[in-house]
Amino acid sequence: MFLIQCPWCGPRDETEFGYGGEAHIARPAGPETLSDADWADYVFMRKNPKGVHLERWVHRHGCRRWFNMARDTYTHQVLGVYQMGEPPPGPEGGDG
Amino acid sequence: MYSLPSFATLGAMHKYSIFSLARNAMGYHEDWTEAWRSPAPQPSYDVVIVGGGGHGLATAYYLAKEHGVTKVAVLEKGWLGGGNTGRNTTIIRSNYLWDESAALYEKSLQLYEGLSRDLNYNIMLSQRGVLNLAHTEHDLKEMSRRVHAIRLNGIDSDILSPAQVKAAVPIIDISPDARYPVLGASLQKRGGVARHDAVAWGFARAADSRGVDIIQNCEVTGIRRQGGRVEGVDTTRGFIAAKKVGVVVAGHASVLADMAGLRLPIESHPLQALVSEPIKPVIHTVVMSNTVHVYVSQSDKGELVIGAGIDAYTSYAQRGSFHIIEGQMGALIELFPIFSRLRMLRQWGGIVDVCPDASPIISKTPVEGLYFNCGWGTGGFKATPGSGWVFAHTVANDAPHPIAAPFALDRFTTGALIDEHGAAAVAH
Repeated sequence: MFLIQCPWCGPRDETEFGYGGEAHIARPAGPETLSDADWADYVFMRKNPKGVHLERWVHRHGCRRWFNMARDTYTHQVLGVYQMGEPPPGPEGGDG
Repeated sequence: MYSLPSFATLGAMHKYSIFSLARNAMGYHEDWTEAWRSPAPQPSYDVVIVGGGGHGLATAYYLAKEHGVTKVAVLEKGWLGGGNTGRNTTIIRSNYLWDESAALYEKSLQLYEGLSRDLNYNIMLSQRGVLNLAHTEHDLKEMSRRVHAIRLNGIDSDILSPAQVKAAVPIIDISPDARYPVLGASLQKRGGVARHDAVAWGFARAADSRGVDIIQNCEVTGIRRQGGRVEGVDTTRGFIAAKKVGVVVAGHASVLADMAGLRLPIESHPLQALVSEPIKPVIHTVVMSNTVHVYVSQSDKGELVIGAGIDAYTSYAQRGSFHIIEGQMGALIELFPIFSRLRMLRQWGGIVDVCPDASPIISKTPVEGLYFNCGWGTGGFKATPGSGWVFAHTVANDAPHPIAAPFALDRFTTGALIDEHGAAAVAH
């Protein structure tokens, strides 16, 4: 069970949150020129790293706002939260 | 193909039978030989299989038996069957909606039905039937459609009324005022359970007797490529050259793909299960419920074996969140009030690699000589022999087995997904 630091509400229990998967996946520009392989990469392919993962969460049973979180998928350590649209913080931000 | 002659007859020499049991009983069971060798890795192999779980061992066994490829090594980072092979709830069934899935899982079930004899190893297959409950009108209609589709594929499937469910499982609560009333169920009589460790050990022993090297405590750390072709694998026990490499891992498919510069449409999630204290026989079949999301059977030792759904987040930690267990126990007690005071004995988690369409990837890759068999999600155990059968064919012939062809990686580019989410009798 995670203790998650909502940027607006402070530390709350994991059960209040919803998980939104990998963060920083940008919809490709020029969709009409995109190949099927490029579409597949955007729609289906995921980093799924063993280690630091930049991911989206929503405080579903709280303020209902989305934010990003850096979390280690092996140790389950939450390394930090930051707002949508912000670049990932610090060295633990990885290449997101 | 070259194989070590001294080991080629090992299986025959130490065939398990009533006579070998009696002979060893006279020796106080002190003379049993090891079930498989533990050789040092050779410098090179024709085929290296990465992953010593049930699927990898089955692949090696069928490579040797069906395709005559015996210069094969199975590399396992831990111990045999210590991953998801030993962490599942051992349920076997083939009642899948889509034709592609039905062909794959039915092939597997048919192999299971003859596996103990084929491997000369008792996998304790118990075809006690698998019930899938319907709790809403929508469930009933969807179930009816699925049962008929399954029968059209020649796979046994029946619809039970609430009274028939009650007759099959007397401890179930079918009262109409239940939170999720039981309105009916589908039944696959040939479904059931098997001893999961025995499946891994049986395949290991049978593969070993045909010359396959099984190398435990050997973790793959890199996949070497040269000019778009695989050369071998770097491991914690040094480089091992291979003409072909088949990756058959659960929980780490993306990590292995990354070593070869590939991206996969997979996310890894924790999946938990638990067992109760042992009790007298109370449930003689497997009961699964999609709506309340729990599945339960009773082991030969008397423990209830209980499983549920995955955690939402990705993880490699082999543990999940407690609220998932809380939810599944609530669902269990709702269905079976008699279990309300039962103590739970132990709980564990495994990491499942889930594809967007909840179907596996059995595929060639853009790297020549590199093959992936992964993404089995929450339901890989039932597919163990069939998975090995079609993947061995794919590796040996460098062309997909007809049953495996729809499960190739390119389906995510063509859009020909095999969408078993919600269609496969239980949520993934």
